[in-house]
Amino acid sequence: MAGVTASALNTEGRPAPSTANGPGPAGARGGVLAGLSRIRWGRGTVLLVAGLYFLVPIGTTLWFTVDNSPQGFSLDAYRQIFTVPGLWPALQLSLLLAAGTIVLVYLLLIPAVVAVRLGSPRLRTVVELTCTLPLVVPTIALTAGISDVLRWCNDNLAPTPFYATFLDAQNANFPVVLLLAYVVMALPLAFRTLDAGMRALDVRTLLEAAQNNGASRGRAIVTVILPNLRAAMLNTAFITLALVLGEFTVASILGYVPFAVWIVNGNSAGQGPVTVAVSIVSLLLTWLLLLVLSIGSERRGRAQAQH
Amino acid sequence: MTTDPASATSVAAVPSPAGPTDSSAPAAVAAPATGSSTGATVQFVGLRRTFGATTALDGLDLTVNPGELLALLGPSGCGKTTALRMLAGFETPDSGQVLVDGEDVTRIPAHRRDAGMVFQSYSLFPHLNARDNVAFGLKMRKTGKVERHRRADELLELVGLPTHGDRYPHQLSGGQQQRIALARALALQPRVLLLDEPLSALDAKVRLNLREEIRRLQQELGITTLFVTHDQEEALSMADRVAVMHAGRMEQCDTPAELYARPATAFVAEFVGTMNRIPGALTEGGRTVELLGQRLPVDGTTELRAEVDVLVRPENVLVTAGGGQGAVVTGTTFLGASTRLTVQLPDGTALKADLSTHDAAELPAGTGVTVSLPERPVLVDSRR
Repeated sequence: MAGVTASALNTEGRPAPSTANGPGPAGARGGVLAGLSRIRWGRGTVLLVAGLYFLVPIGTTLWFTVDNSPQGFSLDAYRQIFTVPGLWPALQLSLLLAAGTIVLVYLLLIPAVVAVRLGSPRLRTVVELTCTLPLVVPTIALTAGISDVLRWCNDNLAPTPFYATFLDAQNANFPVVLLLAYVVMALPLAFRTLDAGMRALDVRTLLEAAQNNGASRGRAIVTVILPNLRAAMLNTAFITLALVLGEFTVASILGYVPFAVWIVNGNSAGQGPVTVAVSIVSLLLTWLLLLVLSIGSERRGRAQAQH
Repeated sequence: MTTDPASATSVAAVPSPAGPTDSSAPAAVAAPATGSSTGATVQFVGLRRTFGATTALDGLDLTVNPGELLALLGPSGCGKTTALRMLAGFETPDSGQVLVDGEDVTRIPAHRRDAGMVFQSYSLFPHLNARDNVAFGLKMRKTGKVERHRRADELLELVGLPTHGDRYPHQLSGGQQQRIALARALALQPRVLLLDEPLSALDAKVRLNLREEIRRLQQELGITTLFVTHDQEEALSMADRVAVMHAGRMEQCDTPAELYARPATAFVAEFVGTMNRIPGALTEGGRTVELLGQRLPVDGTTELRAEVDVLVRPENVLVTAGGGQGAVVTGTTFLGASTRLTVQLPDGTALKADLSTHDAAELPAGTGVTVSLPERPVLVDSRR
């Protein structure tokens, strides 16, 4: 907002060029000012397009939930959220899976990122490639693979003591199979956020400073490196949560009913407005969570600035 | 310390190595290290370390006396930082020992060494405020919170930032961060203080201030201190003794004045301060040398061949107008109180000579001059 105001002041009385190219390599002062006014047009266009792209679908969805033709406006769909069968178990399953995925991703990646950074920086490429691999494997292929493995296990593990474990892993209340699939799917983004957080730190110097102050290496990692990775860890958690809440393919094909699957099933079962209302509410909740996160980090920054 | 009794007198006679513009520099030099109860003796014995094909340390022997500030000076890659890191416990020597008060600490892990370190890059913990940064070591030692904060506040006072305890590192300037880092290094009352180019990331003015402050603190506390630097002015102005290192070896370890006046090797002569090389010929079996129409005694003994270079500091070159020597002033550089002349001798040798600006005003570029040396013993080196 401030930027827009500033550019409006700067370009007062100047004819705004009609091009929306953004700032070119401006040669002179006048070029910089002209560049600013171009940004303004560019910004406007981008904002409009992006706004339409996001708001139109949300708006029409909202319309769908409150328009109860021919009676007119109605909030019934939202009232039904609390009574509709199957929603709460599905949401609970999704949140459980998300929590499990986040914990597992942390356990896998944080030691890996720390070890690669400290021990063998050259291995970083290997770890990065491994973590990025799930991006190029289509989810449907991953699911097909998991189904095959499950079928094979079913055929071959029956006489062994592992069979009980195998069945437990597919428990509909907490399907470990699904959890493992989600961990794999979360790896690419989780690695990137954690690695970026790690790279922002001068890890070696910080560790040496901590050791110089009497902390053993392990303790130094826990007391100095992890607290400074907090923002990156929060990001990772949030991305993972979003991924798990929205995942449909794997869960649906493997026959589990978490949140996303419930919405789609309910929709086709004639519960249309309720499930869409749930989508809207989940969108709002997600947005609120984001807001809380950003306010939290902002308040921390302000508290630091005030002292 | 040097055993040469003459060195005490030479201290006063030698001009400031920092150049004529910095008259405050020798003040710190003059103060000798007084043995203190808290200072430890540090010994490096035959330290050797190679990284792949490069040899960082090639048999380093060095003793740091209790309570003294010793600067490790040398070009980058000379092994000075490696030596310091070995004392901190961040590097292990391939062979050799590190002794603190006679006790071998070579195999003791870094977190159990009794050495506080200030790093070159800003090393404060970003998630802790200044007070908690300083108190970090005390927390590791399970000191109570009240006592911890009391000690931290004391140390913040000591480094001149008593009101900055609640600030986070990103709210502090570079110089303030290094002060906090110094306080943190001192928090555990270490026996040795290690400074790894702590000033090189700071701007010139802050650097000068902090330099004096570090020296003041070090003398107050009487703590044995190792200071790694590639800046000779910094080393000469702060340290009790300076160890000049080159290619993993020690070239010379002496007081700043002695180092400047009587460099032991040609490397030291040219690394510390500015040095002229004037061609000369040895006579009387190497006891005297002839150059510029003068015959001067040779400082120390030499087993060089007859053709030598005489090493002379710019401030010891005498320049007078006229004369039949054929030397010409080719350039002048104004330095404030003094002016540096570049003089070309008939044989093509270019010399630097520092004259008072008043005298130099009569010798503009192009003037024919006569160059001579004072009647004092001179240093010689084999000709390049």
